[in-house]
Amino acid sequence: MNATLPLNASLPLTVNDLTVAWHRKPVIWDVDLEVQPGQLVGVVGPNGAGKSTLLKAIMDLVPKASGRVGIFGQSYRQSRHRVGYVPQRESVDWDFPISVLDVVTMGLYGKIGWCMPVRRKHRDIARLALEQVGISELANRQISQLSGGQQQRTFLARALVQDADLYLMDEPFAAVDAATEKAIVEILRGMRKAGKTALVIHHDLPTVPEYFDSVVLLNMRVVASGPTKDVFTRENLERTYGGRLTLLDEATEAMRRRERTL
Amino acid sequence: MNEPVGLSWDYDGWIVLAGMLCAVAASLPGNFLLLRRMSLLGDAISHAILPGLAVAFFVSESRSSLPMFLGAVIVGILTALFTEWIRNFGDVDEGASMGVVFTTLFAIGLVMIVQAADHVDLDPGCVLYGAIEATPYDLIKVAELEIPRVVIVLGIVTVINLLFVLLFFKELKLSAFDPALATSIGFSSRLMHYLLMVIVAVTAVASFETAGNILVVAMFVVPPATAFLLTKRLGMMIFCSTIIAVLSAVCGHLSAVLVPHVFGFRSTSTSGMMALCAGALFFVASLVSPRNGVIVRVVRRQKLALRILSEDLIALLYRMDERARDCTVSVQKLSSILLARPWLAAWLMNGHVRTGHVIPSETGFRLTDAGRHLGSVLVRSHRLWEQYLVSEGGVAVDRIHGQAEKLEHFTNRELRDRLDEVTAAPSTDPHGRRIPSERTN
Repeated sequence: MNATLPLNASLPLTVNDLTVAWHRKPVIWDVDLEVQPGQLVGVVGPNGAGKSTLLKAIMDLVPKASGRVGIFGQSYRQSRHRVGYVPQRESVDWDFPISVLDVVTMGLYGKIGWCMPVRRKHRDIARLALEQVGISELANRQISQLSGGQQQRTFLARALVQDADLYLMDEPFAAVDAATEKAIVEILRGMRKAGKTALVIHHDLPTVPEYFDSVVLLNMRVVASGPTKDVFTRENLERTYGGRLTLLDEATEAMRRRERTL
Repeated sequence: MNEPVGLSWDYDGWIVLAGMLCAVAASLPGNFLLLRRMSLLGDAISHAILPGLAVAFFVSESRSSLPMFLGAVIVGILTALFTEWIRNFGDVDEGASMGVVFTTLFAIGLVMIVQAADHVDLDPGCVLYGAIEATPYDLIKVAELEIPRVVIVLGIVTVINLLFVLLFFKELKLSAFDPALATSIGFSSRLMHYLLMVIVAVTAVASFETAGNILVVAMFVVPPATAFLLTKRLGMMIFCSTIIAVLSAVCGHLSAVLVPHVFGFRSTSTSGMMALCAGALFFVASLVSPRNGVIVRVVRRQKLALRILSEDLIALLYRMDERARDCTVSVQKLSSILLARPWLAAWLMNGHVRTGHVIPSETGFRLTDAGRHLGSVLVRSHRLWEQYLVSEGGVAVDRIHGQAEKLEHFTNRELRDRLDEVTAAPSTDPHGRRIPSERTN
């Protein structure tokens, strides 16, 4: 409905009326979101709330049923070089025959471009990033030998070399040791200091006020979003975790049943 | 009774070369099929191109290569498309949808070919098993050289595949490892998928009439799988897979010609033997693979068993030493308590003598200070675990010994300290025996 309006170019991320459906069943529903620059933003919500789907829809990885996404006022396609993505650690095969340095260098592939080889200077950048996340000694290690925390640091180093302005991170804190968690927080704060913005899916509620400037409470739709101190309240959390939109679920279920009996 | 076996460069050389080219051409993209966990798609496409060949034949009324080639490549790509389509809409897993697509297409192709059998020189048997032995009879003159047509076709395909893998090495790597990231930074993993499918289809078609299905299907899967066992570097894996492909081609032809003669038969199918050799190489690799090979695992397990027994001997001696300080115990007694073979126990005790854990005497062995230290560490671990299992795990006292007996061998200082902490630094274990204190040396 407002597809013709220009998008706000000063905001790293704007999402309007975003709906994503899977086999007719809405996964996220009518999401509106504005992310301010230079902030660490936590995305919080129960399992199946559509948090990963939101990130994927922003990057055009899953088809949108409706809605519009703006990255610095442009479409994702036009500005994807300004976006860095950290997928869930479990989403890749850690038995893949490559080294840690190979994985980190992948963050530079976008800059290197089609068909051009990886050069020494790229590997040097990757080594630097590994140093920043504190695992430079693992550079030549085969990735199947990494612990969970080291895997996450590898992914983070890969995000660092992407040198993006907006980072989308899918549960970087999931199942990491305390030292890694601390290291990740340090890196996130360093990013913020450099004027970057990060949208981070997070599961551990008690640490939200400490880690994030603002927070998005998501359960299919945005229950609340804004500065953490205003939004991260008991009431809002209860509304987020207190129950899905059960009536909506029932309606879609009825829709599917009807479709089957036709 | 056997006629002498003759191998000639003119004849066998070309066959081996054709086999090698086919094997290398297939194993190059096969590496990425394997890493994308879709090895069977090579199989599916190689079968499904049959109707493509048949239709092209009907349309062009000839067996000339180009229309057949195009028809087969198009059907090959359709296979990949259909497979994905059925998986999405039919709600079945990838393997099942692949099976549905390729058997159906293959059946259509078979029906068409048999229908046309009267006026068609397209033999289903030839399609399946190939006619690699006929390679040297179909020659083309290229710059004063008579080269078999098959070798030229397969040579071109091999070069194309090599260029493809070299040129798109990093894109193939990224989209196989992390398709989401690949797509998000602009290397559409879908596009890479279909490029790979085109390459697979081209390879399958080119190998088809020469080597037959059996060889190309085997070469899509087996050399990459073998290489995957041997190395954990992608570049090295691709290199190894081509070496293995070449080896299987050479050994395959040699054994096809030579082995049956040993048993008094005439030579057998070369493509079949090449595929068989690839299988044999895989078997060997699974035995000797440095990380997870059967041999390595057996050796590791034996070494672990020896280490555990050797530690058990010291722990047992320590327990006896607790009751009677500086007691001397014979190997026979130790081994009968531990149910170990006496010669093994004796051998391990000699090892302990060398490392200074025990002192031998005429009646047996007794602990030194170093041995006592080692024993105390083991027994401390054992009893801490018993305490932990009872107090934290709620396990019955009569069932804890076996568990602790295993765990004690895998418990380092840090773990012991943490056990000590959670069990509130007990001085005795659940059986009421003293837990040795941690020594600092």
